[in-house]
Amino acid sequence: MTVLDGAAMARAPRSRGRSTLLRSRVAVALKYLSLVLAGAVVLVPLAAVLLTSLRTSSEMADGPSLAAPHNWFNLHNYVVAFNDGRMLRALWNTSFIFFFSVLGTVLIGSMTAYAIDRFHFPFKKLVMALFLIASLVPSVTTQVATYQIVNNLGVMDTRWAPVLLYMGTDIVSIYIFLQFIRSIPVSLDEAARLDGANSFTIYWRIIVPLLKPAIATVVIIKGVAIYNDFYIPFLYMPDDNLGTISTSLFRFKGPFGAHWEVISAGAALVIIPSLVVFLALQRFIYNGFASGATK
Amino acid sequence: MSAPRTAGRTPPARTLPPPDAARSHWHQPHRKPVLWRRRGTWWGTPWLYLLVPLTLLVTFTLLPVVHMVQYSFTDWDGLSPTSNWVGLDNYRDLFTRPQLFQVFWVSLFYLGASVVQICAALYFATILSFDIRLRNLFKGILFFPYLINGVAVGFVFLYFFQPGGTLDTVLHWFGAGRHLWLGNPHLVNTSLAGVSVWRFMGLNMVLFIGAIQSIPPQLYEAAALDGASRWQQFRYVIAPSIRPIISLSVILAVSGSLSVFEIPFIMTGGSNNSETFVIQTIKLAFNFNKTGLASAAAVVLLLIVLLVTWVQRLLFPDERVEQS
Repeated sequence: MTVLDGAAMARAPRSRGRSTLLRSRVAVALKYLSLVLAGAVVLVPLAAVLLTSLRTSSEMADGPSLAAPHNWFNLHNYVVAFNDGRMLRALWNTSFIFFFSVLGTVLIGSMTAYAIDRFHFPFKKLVMALFLIASLVPSVTTQVATYQIVNNLGVMDTRWAPVLLYMGTDIVSIYIFLQFIRSIPVSLDEAARLDGANSFTIYWRIIVPLLKPAIATVVIIKGVAIYNDFYIPFLYMPDDNLGTISTSLFRFKGPFGAHWEVISAGAALVIIPSLVVFLALQRFIYNGFASGATK
Repeated sequence: MSAPRTAGRTPPARTLPPPDAARSHWHQPHRKPVLWRRRGTWWGTPWLYLLVPLTLLVTFTLLPVVHMVQYSFTDWDGLSPTSNWVGLDNYRDLFTRPQLFQVFWVSLFYLGASVVQICAALYFATILSFDIRLRNLFKGILFFPYLINGVAVGFVFLYFFQPGGTLDTVLHWFGAGRHLWLGNPHLVNTSLAGVSVWRFMGLNMVLFIGAIQSIPPQLYEAAALDGASRWQQFRYVIAPSIRPIISLSVILAVSGSLSVFEIPFIMTGGSNNSETFVIQTIKLAFNFNKTGLASAAAVVLLLIVLLVTWVQRLLFPDERVEQS
């Protein structure tokens, strides 16, 4: 990403004497001040949790909220949170759901995009309209009825319930694939067809490999959404053994009641992987959400 | 035409348009016979690809909507095998409940918060698009809350808003007194709406930054030569260029503030006047077993969201944020 050239704009005020210069200095100072303040607003709540997670329970009793821990490497709360909060189990469940949902979403999204963009067939407009209508329905409103359907399918309280829901209600990925598949020239399909390839070979050998950037985008958006989703696992997997990252953390509320040092450690355990992924994949994440949110 | 998307898709989109454009403009009429009919593609082939996607779409999105409308005319409790047709009773009940105005009143707090959120996002997107030190650091810090797990956000702010907690401590340094941020029914929605700004401002900002960066630099140069001030540049160059994405953000903000659920549910469970429309619906359906009434509530919410989307399409017909 390029930084826009400020030199051209700086030229105009410079010719207008001191008071303008002073004013622009003040403006620059205010600009940085606002950024630092906003940064502090974001970081202070997180820092408080991080500091608390490193304190012992006796430190919690006296000391104000933002006090530094005596021992900066006191990981005791993390051990408690990880073991008693059953975070390993949660990580396994979330990974399971993530793997199958993402696999399914990529296959479904790319197949739908392929069928819609590369074939002419009757009722194509109707099919597209169905997907468009579905994208307008906020899934949070329909859970009352979806609950009954999941119940009737017999997947209630299994990990397949969220997998099916994440696969079945993801219109955004279909749009991302559809946008991308339009930029793959049809001449490639035609060439393969002349060589005797059937439509599935074209899909699998030509379209899917060329869709890699779109697949990366979908994996990132979907991955973040699944890791962070609370509503669907909360509603469809009440079983204690089926906690995901979100629901396991939510369950800290009861047993650890007033033990904020353990709850903080649990929250930090959940936030740190997001931070690591964000730092590693920054550029992909910005672009991915930019393309996902505008659909 | 979505501006931010070009950032990620530039290589394929930029290098491949000729065949793509040619195909859509003058190959299209011939495409059917030339490509598919002559090579004998079976008519069912596209339907094979659509079989699973359509099944899932119908099962998990369209069928629930249909069922929901059906349930909303009955007194079904969600468990018993039978239910009675009650006509419009659920809707009448819904609109005469005193709590109804309360939940819509709560949405107004979130609506107000999204105005703050979009303004702040515009401001930070504008200053972060120009030459500034530590640009990526500030951008990263402001965006990161969006990536944090909702339950973790809830806990972070439960701790932050505790009586005598972080916020009270920080305010004490500046001489302000303590408040019951979540315990005071007059304050709780402001606090919760503040969390929502904290969480989502960064996403709006990143979208706006993407849009601002796709504005051709010549426009700024021309504006600078004409002696435009920073505000004038924003008003006459930046704002008009990113209008589609702003209008989309406004729509998402309106439907988002009606369907707020996660943060208040995790933090207060809807107590103390903080109950939102969705929390109320969920409680009706799953705690009080009033599936019929809950469905009516969900249908009303769905209609409002569709209405808002329709109004946006009406007001900004050419500004669909799509690349096409």
